[in-house]
Amino acid sequence: MRTLFWIAINGFREAVRDKVMYSLVAFAILLILASYVIAQLTAGQDVKILKDLGLSSIAVFGLFMAIFIGIGLVSKEVERRSIYALLAKPMRRSDLVLGKYFGLVLTLLVNVGIMTAALYAVLAYLGWHESESEKLALDAALLDPALLKAVALTLVQLMIVTATAIFFSTFSTPILSAALTFGVYVAGFFSTDLRNFDQVVESPVVRTMARALYHVLPNLSSFDVTAQVVHGVPVSWKYMAVTIAYGFTYIAILLIMSVTIFSRRDFK
Amino acid sequence: MALAIETIELTKDYAVGFWRKRPRRALDRLSLQVEAGEVFGFLGPNGAGKTTTLKLLLQLVFPTSGEARILGRPPGDLDAKRRLGYLPENPYFYDYLTAEELLTYFGGLLGLDALERRKRVSTLLDEVGIGSERRLQLRKFSKGMLQRVGIAQALLNEPDLVILDEPMSGLDPLGRRDVRKLILKLRDRGCTVFFSSHVLSDAESLCSRVAILAKGRLVASGRLSEILAFGIRGWELVVANISDEILTRYAPRISRAQPIGGGRFALELPADASPEQLLLDLTARGGQLVSLNPLRETLEDFFVEQVEQQR
Repeated sequence: MRTLFWIAINGFREAVRDKVMYSLVAFAILLILASYVIAQLTAGQDVKILKDLGLSSIAVFGLFMAIFIGIGLVSKEVERRSIYALLAKPMRRSDLVLGKYFGLVLTLLVNVGIMTAALYAVLAYLGWHESESEKLALDAALLDPALLKAVALTLVQLMIVTATAIFFSTFSTPILSAALTFGVYVAGFFSTDLRNFDQVVESPVVRTMARALYHVLPNLSSFDVTAQVVHGVPVSWKYMAVTIAYGFTYIAILLIMSVTIFSRRDFK
Repeated sequence: MALAIETIELTKDYAVGFWRKRPRRALDRLSLQVEAGEVFGFLGPNGAGKTTTLKLLLQLVFPTSGEARILGRPPGDLDAKRRLGYLPENPYFYDYLTAEELLTYFGGLLGLDALERRKRVSTLLDEVGIGSERRLQLRKFSKGMLQRVGIAQALLNEPDLVILDEPMSGLDPLGRRDVRKLILKLRDRGCTVFFSSHVLSDAESLCSRVAILAKGRLVASGRLSEILAFGIRGWELVVANISDEILTRYAPRISRAQPIGGGRFALELPADASPEQLLLDLTARGGQLVSLNPLRETLEDFFVEQVEQQR
């Protein structure tokens, strides 16, 4: 545990000192602010647009962080040879993979937290200017706590993407890992379509492949509840629990595979 | 005597080629024993397999066959790792950290408590000559300074065994002297030092025993005194007041004659020559003896000879 703690904290420190991350956060905040300007131009829909754009930008910028920092977590250590001195310390290779993973999760948590706070701040500012009648016409409360449910699921989704990025980077180059992770992310949103593939395709081979892919790829669309939250449709705690449990199981499998591959690698 | 390092028929093949992978032997059945408390030099030209051996000992790579034991345990064992320090070749550390932060991080991984960590970090940075720069990010460090930080991190846990891969690399003469002193200090406190190098003068001045590796094979190992065996490869006679005519006359008995100024000549004689007789002859003809020294075989001569044989 002590080893995991030190590696995770160092990973977090690396990300914090990485100027790319600052620009991502700044950009996300700017986008939320821009959405406020757009909302001003769209009478009656401003709160929905603001919530929608805010939540989407948290997901998109979180995604960039998860992929671009995630692919470098392990591969940068190997490429720059800093791994030699590190692995000579009393630790297992699994500690390195898991510590790096938790370091990035901590980074994502802090950044998503900052972006969420920024979104609530913009919403509060909007509420300050809106009349009581305008507030009553809304589908959901302005500072709706349900937004946090959408953010929590986005965070778990980003944790899956991070685990995917680490998994690919344990055996492939950073560029290929980024491409593969992005591919999994996109395909993950269409995994439900793969389940229904047998209704549109005749070939049994393609059907079997589609079904296999459906089981292998993460079902990322189930983590996206932005539309429900924005329109005030309730997201049940049961749905939250099941989805999060599914996410954590998927992450555990990816991390076990990453550790297995990484533990057998030669560092030439 | 307890063994700090032992390898038995240790072999490593790397797969080379893009499409059709074929094995390339980097290390071939290396059997080696390093006793606890000694300074052991692991020598060989570039590409001989030195770094591969060290990586096998630290389980950074896995052997194709054979086995290794480090502090009596298999490579990768956590208890063994707690008692060893390692300096990689041309070390690279996180450039976003300062020297102090890096050592604090590694100290944490080694399980040192906060107070001990602070004390050790500060003492070691002083010891390797990193002063006010300790609060600079490592990206601003020169190669030599990084090497010093690398040495400091290898000693954080007061190890029983230190493995140094080319410790003098990138250091200026002062830095090399400091590292030599440090190695001797480690030896005096009973620490085993196993270091690879292709700088033979370092090995000659520091090691009790050496092993020479060429093309992945062990070509010689043992005590320096045994390896070099007081072998004399000739004599150097320095004389003054001798004419060119005398030199020409005795040329068949001299392998090389070199004027060294002030009317003096340095004469090199083969090992089987009798310097006493030549000296008598020369002094009888007015020559004056300045000095007479045996030319002993150096580690460099031995090394070149052994490596050449492997070509």
